[in-house]
Amino acid sequence: MRVALFVTCLVDFFRPTIGFAAVKLLEEAGCTLEVPRAQTCCGQPAYNSGDRADAKAIAVQVLDGFEGYDHVVVPSGSCAGMIRVHYPELFADDPAVLPRAERFAPRIWELVSFLVDICGMQTVDARWDHRVTYHDACSGLRELGVKDQPRRLLASVGGLTLKELPGAEICCGFGGTFCVKYPDISDKMVSDKEAEIVGSGAEAVLAGDLGCLLNIAGKLHRHGRRIEVRHIAEVLAGMTEEVPPIGLPR
Amino acid sequence: MSEAREQILAGIRRSLKRGRLDAARETELRDRVAAHRRNLVPARAAAVARVNSPAAVPEAVARYLAAENLPADLVLAPDLSLDDILWDARPLLRTRRGRAEAGDTVSLTRCFVAIAETGTLMLISGAETPTTLNFLPDTHIVLVYADQVVATYEDGWDRLRTDGGMPRAINFITGPSRTGDIEQRIELGAHGPRRLHIILVDDRQKATDGESK
Amino acid sequence: MLATSRAFEANARAGLANDNLQRALALMRTGFPQRRRLAVERLPEFEVLREIAKSIKDHTLEHLDFYLELFEENVLASGGQVHWARSPDEACAAVLAICRSVDARIVTKGKSMIAEEVGLNERLEKNGITTVETDLGEYIIQLRHEPPSHLIAPAIHLMKEQVAETFRAEHLALDPERSLAEARQLCDEARAVLRPRFLAADVGITGANFLVASTGSSIIVTNEGNGDLTQTLPRVHIVMTSLEKLVPTLEDATTLLRLLARSATGQEFSSYTTVSTGPRRPGDLDGPEQYHVVLLDNGRSALLGGEFQDMLRCIRCSACMNHCPVYAAIGGHAYGWVYSGPMGAVLTPSLIGVAEAGHLPNASTFCGQCESVCPVKIPLPKMMRHWREREFAEKLNPPVYRAGLSLWAWVAKRPALYHALVELASRALGWLGRGRGRFRTLPLANGWTAVRDLPAPEGRSFHSLWAERRNGGTVK
Repeated sequence: MRVALFVTCLVDFFRPTIGFAAVKLLEEAGCTLEVPRAQTCCGQPAYNSGDRADAKAIAVQVLDGFEGYDHVVVPSGSCAGMIRVHYPELFADDPAVLPRAERFAPRIWELVSFLVDICGMQTVDARWDHRVTYHDACSGLRELGVKDQPRRLLASVGGLTLKELPGAEICCGFGGTFCVKYPDISDKMVSDKEAEIVGSGAEAVLAGDLGCLLNIAGKLHRHGRRIEVRHIAEVLAGMTEEVPPIGLPR
Repeated sequence: MSEAREQILAGIRRSLKRGRLDAARETELRDRVAAHRRNLVPARAAAVARVNSPAAVPEAVARYLAAENLPADLVLAPDLSLDDILWDARPLLRTRRGRAEAGDTVSLTRCFVAIAETGTLMLISGAETPTTLNFLPDTHIVLVYADQVVATYEDGWDRLRTDGGMPRAINFITGPSRTGDIEQRIELGAHGPRRLHIILVDDRQKATDGESK
Repeated sequence: MLATSRAFEANARAGLANDNLQRALALMRTGFPQRRRLAVERLPEFEVLREIAKSIKDHTLEHLDFYLELFEENVLASGGQVHWARSPDEACAAVLAICRSVDARIVTKGKSMIAEEVGLNERLEKNGITTVETDLGEYIIQLRHEPPSHLIAPAIHLMKEQVAETFRAEHLALDPERSLAEARQLCDEARAVLRPRFLAADVGITGANFLVASTGSSIIVTNEGNGDLTQTLPRVHIVMTSLEKLVPTLEDATTLLRLLARSATGQEFSSYTTVSTGPRRPGDLDGPEQYHVVLLDNGRSALLGGEFQDMLRCIRCSACMNHCPVYAAIGGHAYGWVYSGPMGAVLTPSLIGVAEAGHLPNASTFCGQCESVCPVKIPLPKMMRHWREREFAEKLNPPVYRAGLSLWAWVAKRPALYHALVELASRALGWLGRGRGRFRTLPLANGWTAVRDLPAPEGRSFHSLWAERRNGGTVK
C-alpha cells in the first residue's frame, strides 16, 4: 500500500512531532510511507472564508501532489474532512476537476481511523500512566465518523485510564478564523470546555486536531492549569518523552 | 389581491426555471394527493389503561372528581352517544349538555379515535362535539371505548375519510396543557385544561361472558 | 421588526456579560438536547423518517405553485379565504382590513413568527387595535417590550425572578403582597389574567406549523392550549403563515409531526396539535365564523431554485439552536432579528439582506451539530458558507482580513517559498518562546492572546526535519 502523509499546516509549523508520531504509527502498521514535498495547505481557510477561487487553486495542488497514492493519511480530522467531504463540493461546478476530486475523496483518511479501520490496528505498544480525558474534534466526529477508534487504541495504552467528558462532542470554539474573528464567543466556548476538563479530574487531555489542542492548551495555560495537552498520536506512538506537552518549554 | 397572487406564483415559477406545470404533471400530482399514501409508520406498541362498562362511567366520574376535590358539576358534549349513559344513576352529579362557557370547571366528551402510537386522543368538531369543551374548562374527561383505539395517526385519517369531509377542527390531545416557558420547568395548566382524565370503557369481556351491560 | 443584526458583535458581548441570560442558557443547554436524545432513542425509525421528511419537503418545494393553488382551492371549498401577500406591508394590510371589517377592538394572538417578521402588532396597535399575546413566553416579552429570543420558547432568556418583576409591574390590579416566587404561581397568574382576554377577543390570530394542500387546512402545534383558545373563541380566525409551510397530504403532515415535537422538546407529540379547516359548520355550537389565511412570500419564492432552497424545508422546531454552542454562549437576542441560531444565521440575510445580517453566518465554527439534529436535514453550515462566498465576492469583509487571506493563499500555492518561510518563522517564534513554551502576548496575534496563551512552536518545521532525517532519500 503506497501511503502518503499530508502533514497539515499547523503540524508543520507548530508541532512536527505529531507528524513523526504519525509516521511511526503508519510504518508500524506496515505502510510504505512517503511525504510529498509539494504540500502546504488543504485550502480550508480560503474555503470557509468564501474564497472559492483560492480554495480551488490550493486544492488542485493537493490533487496534483497526492492523487497517485493508494491512501493519504492526515493527523487532523478537519483537513481530512476538507479533502474528503468538501473537495467534491468545491469542484461541483467544475467538470474538469470534479472526477479527480471524487476519485480521490475516498482515499483520504484521518490518522486514527486509518490505523483502526484500514490497517486493522487493535492495540498499541505504548505506555503512559496518566488519567486522561478526550475531546472529539468536530470535523473528525461529524464528517468522518471518528469516535470509537481513538478510544479503542487508548484503551490499549498501558497505565492509561480514560474519563469521558459529558460534553466531549461540544465544539471547543476554535473554528479556524472564528476564534480570532469572534474572540469573546470563542472564549466562552473554550472556557466551558476548560471547566469540563478541569472538572473531570484528568491529568491530561488529548484530541486528534492540533487546532483544538492549541486553543484548549492556550486557555488552560492562561489560567495556570497543570493539565497536559497532547495530540493522541504522540501518546499512541509512545513519543511523549520526545516533546513537552503543548505550551510548555523543553 | 389577485395581482399579488399572480406575482407570487410567477415568482415561484421563475425561480424554478419553468412555466406552469403541464396538464399531465398536474394530474399526476392530484393523483398522488388523492392516494394519500402513507409514509413510513413507526412500529410502536403502547399500553392503554382499561376500565369497566358504560354503566360504571358515572360512578367513575364521580369518584375521580371527589378524589381531585372538584365540584361535581359537568358540562357534557351534546354527543348523542352520551345519551346511553345513565347520568341520573348518580344524582349528586350535576350535568348540563352544550358547549363550554367561561365558568365551566369540568367537561366530559367522547373522542373520535384514540391513537395508541403515542397515547393521543383525536377529537373532531361538529354540532354534537363543540371544541370549547376541550379547552375552556379546568378539567377535561374523555370517554374512550375500546373499539375506538387505533394504532396510528394514519388509521385516524382513514376513519375520518369514511366519515365525510374535514371538520372545522381536529384536536390531537396528548396530555393536559403545559408550558416550559419559565426556566424550562414544566408546569401543567397553562391555558388549556390542567387535568386530562381518560376513562377507557372496555365492555367486550362482559359481552362475551353473556353478562348484560 | 426592526433589525439590530449589524450590531451583532456588541449584542453578543452584551449577551455574554448578562448573568441572568447566562444562567438561563445553562438550563437550556442541558435540557433540550438531553430530552431530544431520549425521544430519538425511543424511536428506531427516526433516521429513516428524517430522510422521508426531507423528500416530502423537497417534492413540495419543487411543485410549490401547484400545491399553493390546490391549498387555496380547498380553503375556499371549506368556506375560508386566502390572502396572498408579497411583502410585510401587504400582509399587515390584509390583517388590518379583516379586523376593520368586523370592528375588532381586541385581537388575541397565538405564537406566530411571521407576525413578528412583518411587525404586525405594531401595525395593529397604531390603528387602535389592542393585541394580546397569549403564549406565556410571548406574553411575558410583550409586557417587557422585548423581541423573542428563541423559536419556540420566546422568553427562554429570562429567569423566573425577572418574570415575577414584570408581572408585579404590569398586573397592578392584583395584591402587591402576593407571592410570585414559584413558576407555578407565575403560570397561574398568567392563566387568570389572560382568560378574560381570550373571551373578549374579536379576532384570533395564529401562525401555522404546516399547511395541508389536500384539505386546505392549517396545523398548529402547542402545549399550552392558547392557540386553540385563540382560534376557537373569537368570531374571526386569521392564520398568518408563509408559502413554504405547505405539505401535500395529511399523511405527509403526520410524518413531519412525528419529527417536530421530538426534535423540539423531546415530547413524542405536543399536548395539542390542531388541524383547522375553514370556519364553523352549520350546527356547530362554537368556532369562528370566518377563517382567513394570509400567505406571505417576502422573499421565499426567490429562494427556490437557488443555493438556499434547502432552507425552505425548515419546520421551525428549534433543534438547531438548542444544540448550537454559539447560541448557547450568546442567546437569541444577539442575532438581532426574529430568527436566531443556525437557522436564523441562514434565513436572516436572505430576508433582510447580507449587508445588515452579514455577521450571522460568519459567527460559526461549522461544528456541524445543527445539521446533525435538523429533522429535515438542512445543510446549515454549507449555506452559511454560501453567504460567506457572497460576502467575499461583494468585498464585504474587512480589508485586513482579505489581505491576510490573499497572502496566505498566494504563499500556499508556492510550496518552495512556503516551506522556506515556515521554517524561518518556526525557528524565530520557537526561539522567542523557548523560555516559557508559550506567549502571553504577541504582535499581530491579539485576537488570540487577548483570551488565551499561544503555545510556541517546536522550532523547526516538519518538512525541514523530514528532509534532514531522510537525507534527501525519498523526499519528492
